[in-house]
Amino acid sequence: MPEKRELGRGVAIVGAGMSKFGMFEDKDSKDLFAEAFKEMLSSVDKGIDPERIEAMWIGNFSNDFFVHQAHWGPIISDLLGLAPRAATRTEGACAASTLAFRDGVMAIASGLYDVVLVGGVEEMSKCTTEEVTEGLALATSPYEGAAAFTFPGVFGALATAYFDKYGATREDLMNITIKSHNNAPLNPKAQFNKTIADLMQAKIKKAEERGKPVPSWGSEKEALGDPRFNPPVAWPMFLYDCCPISDGASCMLLVAEDMAGEFTDKPIYMAGMGQGSGRALHASPSLTSFEANKHAAAEAYAMSGLEPKDIQFSEVHDCFSIAELIHIEDLGFFKPGEGYKAVAEGATKLDGPMPINTSGGLKCKGHPVGATGVAQMFEVWKQLREEAGERQIPGRDLRVGGAQNLGGTGGTCTFTILERR
Amino acid sequence: MEERPLSDISYYRFIDEEKLMGSRCKKCGQLYAPPRHFCFECHRSEMEWHKMKGEGELAAFTCIFIGPSFMGEQGYNRKNPYCTGVVKLEEGPRVVARIEGVDAGNPDTIKVGTPLEVEFLRRGEGEETVTSLAFRPRSG
Ligand SMILES: [Zn+2]
Repeated sequence: MPEKRELGRGVAIVGAGMSKFGMFEDKDSKDLFAEAFKEMLSSVDKGIDPERIEAMWIGNFSNDFFVHQAHWGPIISDLLGLAPRAATRTEGACAASTLAFRDGVMAIASGLYDVVLVGGVEEMSKCTTEEVTEGLALATSPYEGAAAFTFPGVFGALATAYFDKYGATREDLMNITIKSHNNAPLNPKAQFNKTIADLMQAKIKKAEERGKPVPSWGSEKEALGDPRFNPPVAWPMFLYDCCPISDGASCMLLVAEDMAGEFTDKPIYMAGMGQGSGRALHASPSLTSFEANKHAAAEAYAMSGLEPKDIQFSEVHDCFSIAELIHIEDLGFFKPGEGYKAVAEGATKLDGPMPINTSGGLKCKGHPVGATGVAQMFEVWKQLREEAGERQIPGRDLRVGGAQNLGGTGGTCTFTILERR
Repeated sequence: MEERPLSDISYYRFIDEEKLMGSRCKKCGQLYAPPRHFCFECHRSEMEWHKMKGEGELAAFTCIFIGPSFMGEQGYNRKNPYCTGVVKLEEGPRVVARIEGVDAGNPDTIKVGTPLEVEFLRRGEGEETVTSLAFRPRSG
């Protein structure tokens, strides 16, 4: 266990915003970030003059090759009218914006700045699926590409190792998909807003209208087990095990803890944060866990003085269904090999004892990779402030929530603990 | 003893020559495949080449229905998926490699723990020949 490390001074989140996530033909990265920034400004309870922002960190993974434009720091500072302030782009694959968040926290903690903007943006939908698949594969390790692994393929392989070790099956992963699809319609920012049951009904209706054979699915799991409804991508990852291609942006306003009262009476505090790095798939110490996760979690728990049992709910990086299962075990919410049983019992549902991905997760909320980390924290911020609307976790005095972000195939993992005091 | 630099480039050139090579830490004996410059165990960098026997077992796998374009060019697609996986070598290290001789269209028939032996996949002719590392179920 790492020793307890305290920041030079504490950091509070006093504003947060995110664009709607989805596939947008007529919005580019600047439009998306502007949407998130406007919401962030209006979320600051006592108001913020943007002139007070001293510097910014912007996470982005793939715009270089997806829209052939790099160097997003100054593009965003110019967009916001904040040039010539320092603007830095961070890259950590799908964890890019958590790295932006961490840099912002460290800059305030060091005393360098008092008020900073952190966020992320990604624009993926203007490429073909093949281009996105090959672009994302750049975040695997070189060895996996040579062995013809795809991104979903790496997670498929982890799933076969998990199944073999613990006796879980595809049905256990379906529980995760069904749960995420039940949460998403309650999130107006989510890319998908239909439950699996809704999607089944829509298919049945379409078949009836066209006079085609009507599927006779008796349950959501029967539909998910039907390759016409849910085709294989990289066994045992099927279409509904995989997050979509998305566009979107997210941002947060961070300030020194002792200044938070100038901006809001309901600040959310950064209680603990950690980051780890991982090896290529073949060299990982375990094929059913991410060592980077465990390192990140140990750092975050040590900094916060909190334990897994203190985390009341969490967003986790469910780029693929199996990833959610591994994360909830790596973070200590459930014992290794026990996560899938807890999920089957409903523990991670919105009204369960340990709600996971109340936003709908990457699977349904969408995964514009560079925006995801801060968007996860946006959800935690909303829940802790009791502003999550229909998807507010019911009947709980929420004090502490987590956000776990993963880059690549586990090469970068972060865990951040936020709290309301 | 091999004198080539310990590098990924050498690793793949050895595969072209149908050899699966790793590295061995001269200080603590730890084996790595592919080779490493630095030992994870003792953090020294005195490594030497070590030829792997090419036997192991399947540790994890996937059957890919939507693959990269270079696999599409070889005729793999939704109707003709391929298997790739993680192989735990008898000597200890794991490698990633294509898995041949299994029914990728029926992944339920493929089992973690299956004993495997190395096979080098060749395609193309002359200068254009590409060799890939693969494993298949052990014959006897
Ligand atoms: Zn050594």
